[in-house]
Amino acid sequence: MSPALLGVEEEGQSNVSLAASSTSIDCISRNGCGLKERNYLGLSDCSSVDSSAVPSLSEENKNNLNLKATELRLGLPGSQSPEREADVSLLSTGKLDEKPLFPMLPLKDGICSSLQKHVISGNKRGFSDTMDGFSEVKGSLYSEKNWLFHSAGTESDSPQSVGQGTFPGSSGMNAMQLSRPSGAQSHMMKEVPQKVLQDRCHGANGTNLNQAGTSNNSSNAPAAKAQVVGWPPIKSFRKNTLASSSKNNDEVDGKPSSGALFVKVSMDGAPYLRKVDLRTYSTYQELSCALEKMFSCFTIGQCGSHGVPGKEKLSESKLRDLLNGSEYVLTYEDKDRDWMLVGDVPWEMFIDTCKRLKIMKSSDAIGLAPRVMEKFKIKA
Amino acid sequence: MNYFPDEVLEHVFDFVTSHRDRNSLSQVCKSWYRIESSSRQKVFIGNCYAISPERVIERFPGLKSITLKGKPHFADFNLVPNDWGGFVYPWIEAFARNRVGLEELQLKRMVVSDESLELLSRCFPNFKSLVLVSCEGFTTDGLAAIAANCRFLRELDLQENEVEDHRGHWLGCFPDSCTSLTSLNFACLKGDINLGVLERLVARSPNLRSLRLNRAVPLDTLQKILMQSPQLLDLGVGSYVNDPDSEIYSKLVTAIQKCESVRSLSGFLDVAPHCLPAFHSICPNLTSLNLSYAPGIHGSELTKLIHHCRKLQRLWILDCIGDKGLEVVASTCKDLQELRVFPSDPYVGNAAVTEEGLVAISSGCPKLNSILYFCQQMTNAALITVAKNCPNFTRFRLCILDPTKPDAVTMQPLDEGFGAIVHSCRGLRRLSLSGLLTDQVFLYIGMYAEQLEMLSIAFAGDSDKGMQYVLNGCKKLRKLEIMDCPFGNGALLMDVGKYETMRSLWMSSCEVTLGGCKTLAKLMPRLNVEIMNENELADFSADHTPKVNKMYLYRTLVGRRKDAPEYVCTL
Repeated sequence: MSPALLGVEEEGQSNVSLAASSTSIDCISRNGCGLKERNYLGLSDCSSVDSSAVPSLSEENKNNLNLKATELRLGLPGSQSPEREADVSLLSTGKLDEKPLFPMLPLKDGICSSLQKHVISGNKRGFSDTMDGFSEVKGSLYSEKNWLFHSAGTESDSPQSVGQGTFPGSSGMNAMQLSRPSGAQSHMMKEVPQKVLQDRCHGANGTNLNQAGTSNNSSNAPAAKAQVVGWPPIKSFRKNTLASSSKNNDEVDGKPSSGALFVKVSMDGAPYLRKVDLRTYSTYQELSCALEKMFSCFTIGQCGSHGVPGKEKLSESKLRDLLNGSEYVLTYEDKDRDWMLVGDVPWEMFIDTCKRLKIMKSSDAIGLAPRVMEKFKIKA
Repeated sequence: MNYFPDEVLEHVFDFVTSHRDRNSLSQVCKSWYRIESSSRQKVFIGNCYAISPERVIERFPGLKSITLKGKPHFADFNLVPNDWGGFVYPWIEAFARNRVGLEELQLKRMVVSDESLELLSRCFPNFKSLVLVSCEGFTTDGLAAIAANCRFLRELDLQENEVEDHRGHWLGCFPDSCTSLTSLNFACLKGDINLGVLERLVARSPNLRSLRLNRAVPLDTLQKILMQSPQLLDLGVGSYVNDPDSEIYSKLVTAIQKCESVRSLSGFLDVAPHCLPAFHSICPNLTSLNLSYAPGIHGSELTKLIHHCRKLQRLWILDCIGDKGLEVVASTCKDLQELRVFPSDPYVGNAAVTEEGLVAISSGCPKLNSILYFCQQMTNAALITVAKNCPNFTRFRLCILDPTKPDAVTMQPLDEGFGAIVHSCRGLRRLSLSGLLTDQVFLYIGMYAEQLEMLSIAFAGDSDKGMQYVLNGCKKLRKLEIMDCPFGNGALLMDVGKYETMRSLWMSSCEVTLGGCKTLAKLMPRLNVEIMNENELADFSADHTPKVNKMYLYRTLVGRRKDAPEYVCTL
């Protein structure tokens, strides 16, 4: 897998220069479409569906770090994408000559908050660095952030660990390593570049970041909105047949191995819903990663629409809000039509009872989130 | 050669079967033309509007079998509006009127009405074979007419057609005396089938070699059918859902074991993957496997199945196989010649399929000559490696789902990668490009792709030069289709004579204007230059004429067609 890692490294480094040196008429979004999703806190992704850049320690990649640090997370309290840990430790092993402001605590011990603080204040790069990363990101249609998930009860997320386990080149990380079952992270994921659904490039209006930022909202969505007629070149018969295949499978009552289990996923503030096949995931982590990918456009859009016009204007607090992993909470509606926090029950049980999913702002999930925050405090 | 009697020449010509070779024969001299034309039985018409049925009949009086293609290729992707054309009725009507002894009809991308099928079934007593690919416009009533009236029907093969299903009575229209079926494929039908009728039909068709069922045919019927027809060569499974512990399943296992001749397997439109092991016994014999309509098969069940298929030459699969699965294919299927990897979700794709899978296949399967690969990302390095590993590609179609995605690692355009492909694969006949591409890739194509016949381009190039390189360089180019590229009148008008050496050119959402198209049409009277403008508000360009939304031009001997709808204007 190392070639993929190296590749990722180079790409990460070249990203900035690419944006800077592009001379073609392509709009920023086109350039940016090569940008991969960044794990701002440098934690590798876990799902089998997507992955994020996994930096090897051997390479000092400030840009990667910059971007990783600004990565957005869906904050289901109590859980930590393991990569965060790793990248934080990357940050702290002397590359930036920084010490973590907070010791790495085991999962659910308030690690979210400590991490964020670490990222913001421990990393002394200036805002311009951050903003550079952001502008590229906005221009690019990066599609992945890690959503923090409440991860009680699943075997793949031990209550203790957050440590990275999957960095082949990360021998230097031991100092910050926490024990962690390798289950959820055992698949070393290849980097998956985000999709860019282009409006006609030559029709795009130049390199206006603002436009790129706002257009991201629509053009990043892989579904109905921004499709180009005639693309991708798949026979309509095939598209229709596969679509009705999945519909049929929806109706089939779930035997574990038969067909797909599609549930609707809604997100507050998003103009349309998505559907995910719960059977393609086997852990909460995988689901969270996939959802992050699907809904990243909306989060970035929020950031972009505020921050892009004058990038300097992006306030520290806004950034902190975005970085704050617990901005979003994932909930589901069960058979009794109650809204529950995702992550309490074992995965198999969750699949059996989940009817729909909803990504709520934690401010909306008043009945749910504070409970979890309290858990933090208790364990801290 | 003049002193050979005609009969001798005719006999010699009988050994020449490909229509291209026969076309060459007919150009040698007048007598060869005459002899060849009067003896040709199988005719291929690549564009139904390039010639009229009357002229075909006039030239080939011995016509028995004809292949017709209608709509342009991009019609598959919803780029051609409905009623554009491609009607088969005038052809069938002309054949009937002229008492052509038609026996075989093969249509692709044409509009077939029930009336045409009815006429077909009544007017040609020796009619034997009907193959419809990607057609539309008919219902199961038309099929009922075919079943009822074609007494010697051997082959009814429906591939990926849009058929309006009026329920399954059409199968019952095969008379009890019909025992000649060798091939029956109704996998694309969506409606129910009378299972008893199907079983009886199969039971009285001892020559049945190819059977592809639709989703309405359940596993227990499959079992009964297989017991009746262990001689099948090609099987398309319909619905495949059952309990592996049931008695039916074990009967099925027994039935499948008897089917030692099956070489080609497809279908599994609904599938319970844990029932798949029943097929493991015939997998070692398979040369062709099409699981591209079986999203229910993935993961370990899929790789287990593939593990048994050591003789596979053709594999059509969904991208849920992932790079890991492709590595299994690469290590198992050493005879693989054709691979197609389709996206299970057309818009999101599956991140599990990347350039690594393609590289693995290329290094594991040296006989690979045809590939269609949908993926999320690609790199120049991977393409260069693939080009080195597999210099025998004749068809190379790569579709990176993100239309202008650069090299995933270096962020460069993919010019070098595709350049390596055309440079290395000297026999390349068909190429589809995707990803971020500049004019450079077209320079390479023009320079190296000497055998290229069909090229499909989207979202590529920087200027007219791109298209010009291709038109200049690819001497054997027959079909060029372009969407969303910055090619304009300069490229279009650079070498107008070229288009008479090609079958067709499609350009949509490019920079070509009405003025340019009019100029072209005036210069080349033997081309039909069709403009499709659905929206009135077109952009205007430098020559103050509006940009053309869709242009389709093709050479023709019969002038402008009379069945064009309103929105099509032939200049």
